[in-house]
Amino acid sequence: MQVQHAGVSTVGLVEKITIKNLEFFYGDARALKSISLALYANKTTAFIGPSGCGKSTLLRILNRMYDLYPGQRATGEVLFDGENLLDASVDINLLRARVGMVFQKPTPFPMSIYENIAFGIRLYERLPRAEIDARVEVALRRAALWDEVKDKLGTSGLGLSGGQQQRLCIARTVAVKPEVILFDEPCSALDPISTAKIEELIDELKKDYTIVIVTHNMQQAARVSDFTAFMYLGELIEFGVTDKIFTTPGDKRTQAYITGRFG
Amino acid sequence: MADARNNVLYTSRRLRNTVAKTLAYAATAFGLGWLVLILGVLLIHGLSGLSLDVFTQDTPPPGSAGGLLNAIAGSLVMTILAVIIGTPIGILAGTYMAEYGRHDKLAMIVRFINDILLSAPSIVVGLFIYEVMVAPMGHFSGYAGAVALAVIVILVVVRTTEDMLRLVPDTLREAAASIGLPRSLMIQRIAYRAARAGIVTGILLAIARVSGETAPLLFTALNNQFFSMNMNAPMPSLPVVIFQFALSPYEEWQKLAWTGALLITFTVLALSIIARSLTARKS
Repeated sequence: MQVQHAGVSTVGLVEKITIKNLEFFYGDARALKSISLALYANKTTAFIGPSGCGKSTLLRILNRMYDLYPGQRATGEVLFDGENLLDASVDINLLRARVGMVFQKPTPFPMSIYENIAFGIRLYERLPRAEIDARVEVALRRAALWDEVKDKLGTSGLGLSGGQQQRLCIARTVAVKPEVILFDEPCSALDPISTAKIEELIDELKKDYTIVIVTHNMQQAARVSDFTAFMYLGELIEFGVTDKIFTTPGDKRTQAYITGRFG
Repeated sequence: MADARNNVLYTSRRLRNTVAKTLAYAATAFGLGWLVLILGVLLIHGLSGLSLDVFTQDTPPPGSAGGLLNAIAGSLVMTILAVIIGTPIGILAGTYMAEYGRHDKLAMIVRFINDILLSAPSIVVGLFIYEVMVAPMGHFSGYAGAVALAVIVILVVVRTTEDMLRLVPDTLREAAASIGLPRSLMIQRIAYRAARAGIVTGILLAIARVSGETAPLLFTALNNQFFSMNMNAPMPSLPVVIFQFALSPYEEWQKLAWTGALLITFTVLALSIIARSLTARKS
């Protein structure tokens, strides 16, 4: 199947991650079929498609989250700054520190708000207390949460609202200083106001990070992303500039999906 | 009611419902009744013998008054040692089964054997320790008693630790992995913290369980009429003293057996209440 890079002018863009002929297997079942695509630095790329199309699977390859589970494997190449991150020699923990992830459901650690952030920082850096304090504040400000929690940093992260918890998770991810941030349906458990806040944040974050987002919400993909990849039954059907995909898709299936005729 | 659906079909269903409900209530009352009766008899007999002497005097010779001090002290010492030995092993094994061995055959086998031993008569544990400790050492001892109890602690703690760690959602494990946390640190810093209340509850339940165990001690610690903190010698314990005194023809001994039973029951009750409130606070 020929991937259509519908009218993409990639002049001046840096390929942060380049995926080549990627296949993925759950046991014997092939979930991804020969995916090739580029994720550009400081851009937001959305993966869309009906349930079971493989978009979350693809996302979870980028930080090798699938490695936690036996029987799952990927073949092909995923070049991250030129290095194939599927190689067995890649240190998974260091990779995950460089490729952060925010999940569908907020997942704060069972500790205080402050510790939720400081924990990740201390994993890789030995810093004096004052410096960690500063880093925690920066991370919480980046996640637009500082003003809401600055007076209760010592209280449990589990006591926050769903939207606040999700922003805490974003702050936690940012604090580790990743280069890429993966969002796996980050707003599907949130109300519209929290969703709007997260979307604003994603727009803000792409200045410093490469963003990839999986979403079921077509309007969200159109709002937040620069590039969109439409997937169907484990295949990448179409990849291109978001505006182009949503206004003049090149494939009938893409058009059917974005106009709500299936999926 | 004039509703056409208020017919034979509906009436008979209501009748059957009433019958079933009545039977269910009756069964509950029957079971609960015996329980209340047992507790009532225990309270009446146990309280009448309860006095300061129970905690300050050793078990008496037949025909004279005394207390349960040596038995209480022996039970405490052996239970504490059993928890010290059994808890780390139980937690580590439970951690292996929940975190590392989820898809391993070894974990399946361990879980299966653990479940069998957990419901097997505890006298089996006593006989086993008799064979491996008492017989080679040539005498009964507090150490052997503590080890026998430790085996039971391990069984309970393995089970609860595994169950509680399995309740920690995988999304939390993935979140920990997503910031580059190695699995060992994830377990220590995230999973244990999330499951802490449940794991502590398991330890409390293990204490409650062993504090009432008689059979494992009969062949290991045996008994001792005198106060003894020497763990290398036979050691008294509340359950064994109750067993011995309850079977005796002497009235003072029987009275002390009731009081001892009351003490154990309330210890178990208190531990269970603490365990319950711990888990309740969590959820």
